[in-house]
Amino acid sequence: MLLTIDHVRKSYPGGRPVLSDVSLTLDQGETLALTGESGSGKSTLLHLAAALDGFDGGEITLRGTALSTLDDTGRAALRRETLSLVFQQFNLIPSLTVAQNLSIHARLAGRDDPEWVAHLAERLGLADLMDRFPEQLSGGQQQRVAIGRAMATRPALLLADEPTGNLDETASAVVLDLMLSLVADTGAALLLVTHSQDIAARLDRRAHLSGGRIA
Amino acid sequence: MTGPCLQVLLSHWRTHRLQLLTLLTGIALATGLWSAVQAINAEARASYARASAQLAQGQFDELHDPSGPIPLSRYVDLRRAGWQVAAVLQGDLRVNGRILRLLGVDMVSYPALPAVTQAEESETPPDPADVLTAPGRLLMHPDMEPLFRGSEEYPPIILSTALPPDLVLTDIGVAERLLNQPGLISRLVILPEQPSVRPPLSQIAPELVRTEPSARTDAARLTDSFHLNLSAFGLLSFAVGLFIVNGTVGLAFAQRRGMIRTLRALGVPMRTLVQLILSELVLLALIGGVLGLILGYFLAGALLPDVAATLRGLYDAPVEGQLTLRPEWALAGLAMAVGGTLVASGHALWKLSRMPLLAGPGLQAWGGAASQRVAGAAGLGLLGLGLVLHVSADGLIAGFAMLACLLTGAALVLPIFLSTLLSATARRARGPLAQWVWADMRAQLPGLSLALMALLLALAANVGVGTMVSSFRLTFTGWLDQRLASELYVTARDDEQGSQIAAWLAPQVDAVLPIRSTEMTHETGPLFLYGVVDDETYRQKWPLIARSPGAWDMVMSGDAILINEQLARRADLWPGDSLTLTPDQTLTIAGVYSDYGNPTGQAIVAMPLFQTIAPNSSARRFGIRVAPERAADLAQAMRDQFDLPPRAVTPQGAMKAQSLAIFDKTFVVTSALNVLTLGVAGFAILTSLLTLWTQRLPQVAPVWALGLTRAELARLELLRSVLLAALTACLALPLGLVLAWVLLAVINVQAFGWRLPMFLFPADWLRLFALTLLAAALAAALPAWRLLRIRPADLLRVFANER
Repeated sequence: MLLTIDHVRKSYPGGRPVLSDVSLTLDQGETLALTGESGSGKSTLLHLAAALDGFDGGEITLRGTALSTLDDTGRAALRRETLSLVFQQFNLIPSLTVAQNLSIHARLAGRDDPEWVAHLAERLGLADLMDRFPEQLSGGQQQRVAIGRAMATRPALLLADEPTGNLDETASAVVLDLMLSLVADTGAALLLVTHSQDIAARLDRRAHLSGGRIA
Repeated sequence: MTGPCLQVLLSHWRTHRLQLLTLLTGIALATGLWSAVQAINAEARASYARASAQLAQGQFDELHDPSGPIPLSRYVDLRRAGWQVAAVLQGDLRVNGRILRLLGVDMVSYPALPAVTQAEESETPPDPADVLTAPGRLLMHPDMEPLFRGSEEYPPIILSTALPPDLVLTDIGVAERLLNQPGLISRLVILPEQPSVRPPLSQIAPELVRTEPSARTDAARLTDSFHLNLSAFGLLSFAVGLFIVNGTVGLAFAQRRGMIRTLRALGVPMRTLVQLILSELVLLALIGGVLGLILGYFLAGALLPDVAATLRGLYDAPVEGQLTLRPEWALAGLAMAVGGTLVASGHALWKLSRMPLLAGPGLQAWGGAASQRVAGAAGLGLLGLGLVLHVSADGLIAGFAMLACLLTGAALVLPIFLSTLLSATARRARGPLAQWVWADMRAQLPGLSLALMALLLALAANVGVGTMVSSFRLTFTGWLDQRLASELYVTARDDEQGSQIAAWLAPQVDAVLPIRSTEMTHETGPLFLYGVVDDETYRQKWPLIARSPGAWDMVMSGDAILINEQLARRADLWPGDSLTLTPDQTLTIAGVYSDYGNPTGQAIVAMPLFQTIAPNSSARRFGIRVAPERAADLAQAMRDQFDLPPRAVTPQGAMKAQSLAIFDKTFVVTSALNVLTLGVAGFAILTSLLTLWTQRLPQVAPVWALGLTRAELARLELLRSVLLAALTACLALPLGLVLAWVLLAVINVQAFGWRLPMFLFPADWLRLFALTLLAAALAAALPAWRLLRIRPADLLRVFANER
């Protein structure tokens, strides 16, 4: 099993529980949609799985590594080498060009592969935009750069938090198609947070969070 | 990982070039002003040390006679008794209108001097016989040689770079002739090699006093306070420069929060990021530091001649007017640049390192209300500490510590003070636009507060130092009028000519006032004792700041003494106390007089008493009381009668002008630093406004959309800057006056030994206020112009980004 989330609990400062007892698994090459109402803890669970935040109880295991045993350096190494993230707000580095943004994660991981990045740029329709800066791109184009950056490391797990939440209908469709096809081609697993039932329907499995638990 | 991570971090500066320029300028200005002061101090101190080594001063004990020169016979007695001593005769030599110090030493026995060794090792070494026998040789620095060109009366010259400026070295025999003091010796140097058995000094020469090097007048010690004052102002400029660094780094970090968050999400550990950011800061500090050193070097080069003139005029300290590039100065400057940058960035870096990974990328954390409150509380604490220091601590360092507490405390309190003031004004504002303007001004405070703090410090320093200098000048001018009461001052060639001139003058003037002095020692340092004749001039004019009843009668009866303020404060001696001059001469202090510009202790006794203490002291100088309208004719008649050079007879006006010129030069450096500090503060406002520009659009775009024109927004932008500067200036005035009071009543007393009255100069404040408003308007002009010219599409983009 690539990712195991086992009876995980998480409360916000002040004691309000967000996740009461969440368990789920994700296998290599599998895609899973995580749905739920606003405030149900979808993004929080994704952040925990991405080793971006700590949890109060239970365990999350990624490729056999228990996240609770890792310090900041270990968590950073996991994010660098094993998984990739795509955010709703794109989170590109504004001072780097498209080409530099595409390759930055792979270079940080020590896995720079210019041919693969060029291939990704081609597939994502970014080949003509390589010298531009993020502020010169549309929202859809920026999210395509973010997907390319995430896939440049050939991650085992792609975690996507509402990746089309900031895009219009047409751009959303394009971005989702590209992400799913790249995940399928590379054999990565995908955990995608969304509130859209249509998007969730396109993935292998679906898990619904409600009241801090998987319903 | 390091390479790509560094590339990302540095890419920020590529898109924020103005911010980078601001940061480097801040570091360069801070380093430059500080380094300039340090270069001046180092050059001066090196000159003192060089002069001391070049003349073998400060190494050996010496013998001198408090009553005047040592006769040659006494020297012979000592040598015959086995005492290994070397004779020195020194005096002023007037050459083509310039006064040089002539040092005549016994070339055979005096310790080896670098200048002599240099001459001996040159390609054309002088014949030792030529140096020792008539006409002898004069050794001097090459800069002095042009003064002697064409003068036949002087011996041939040997040039040496191993001598201080304004000094001529020669054999004592030549000096006797040039100074017209045959058979006289100023002091005897006790050589290190002495026979094991020799009679005690008290048997052979009981009148001679032995002094250790530490008890003698020493340029480095005398000028310590001057250099400390200079360093304090350099530090203030440095601190103001660091405000720019602090503001810019804080904003740069805030703007990079999103980037940092993304990098961490991509797997870069926080520790790595902090290390890289630290390396980046050090690199930037080094670049800014190098630029600062270049600036500092040129600034020091421009200011050094005035400082050298001041030190020569005030302390007779040998300082060359040329700057030498010293590696230790450059290293210290770079260390200050790096240290200052890290101190200025420390808080921002610490906050960044504690930032949760999932924190938002906004700028909220940059100077919020909470940090304003913390800063305000710290400021109040520092103000309290300053008051405690004032009440409980003494000394120059404590004085500067108090100043630092007051200035830093006031600067830290400023933002919360302005914020409270602005919200109170906003509540009273009528009309929506006025309400928005006041509220917007308050909202901008966190981003501008550092620049406003810098402005507050610079303005307070200007008011404070300006008030101190102007008060000092006013007091000094009045004091000169009292002290330089004689219409003419005469310096004869020797005592014999002095007697002839006095006799010639007596029937044709109101009074001839001899000026005679001798150097003595006191536990607080050198003490110069003067003898005065009983004359109404002293009783009416001499500036006494504390006195016993009938002070002058007591002094003239030979029972009492007057001392200068410096000695009074250093030794805590006041009217009614006693001062021991010699073992059998203890006198009651009848009064204390102000004595500005003199670094050493001084005392006055009646002439008959003086003559018993120092019977052989020189009697070449006089003050002459004569009707002012007769002074010029009398001066010329005296020159003609006694073949005196023009400068030997100086009118009162020339003496005053000379003294005021020295006074004004003393404050050239502090005034320059003041102006530069104000310039730096103005630049801090400009850079803050420019760096805040990107955050400004989301605030003005909605108001523009609601119907205000871009021209109106631009005008309001100008108004905002000017109003904030005006409020800061209003607060700077009382702070500046407190600073002036501390400078006059604490720092000056501790540093120089005199306390000055404080005068107020409202016209100067108004000028400074106008200058501040102008600087603020200029600083806001560029952002306002940008706002005026901004395309509607750019304003609309704000709304597009709000999705």
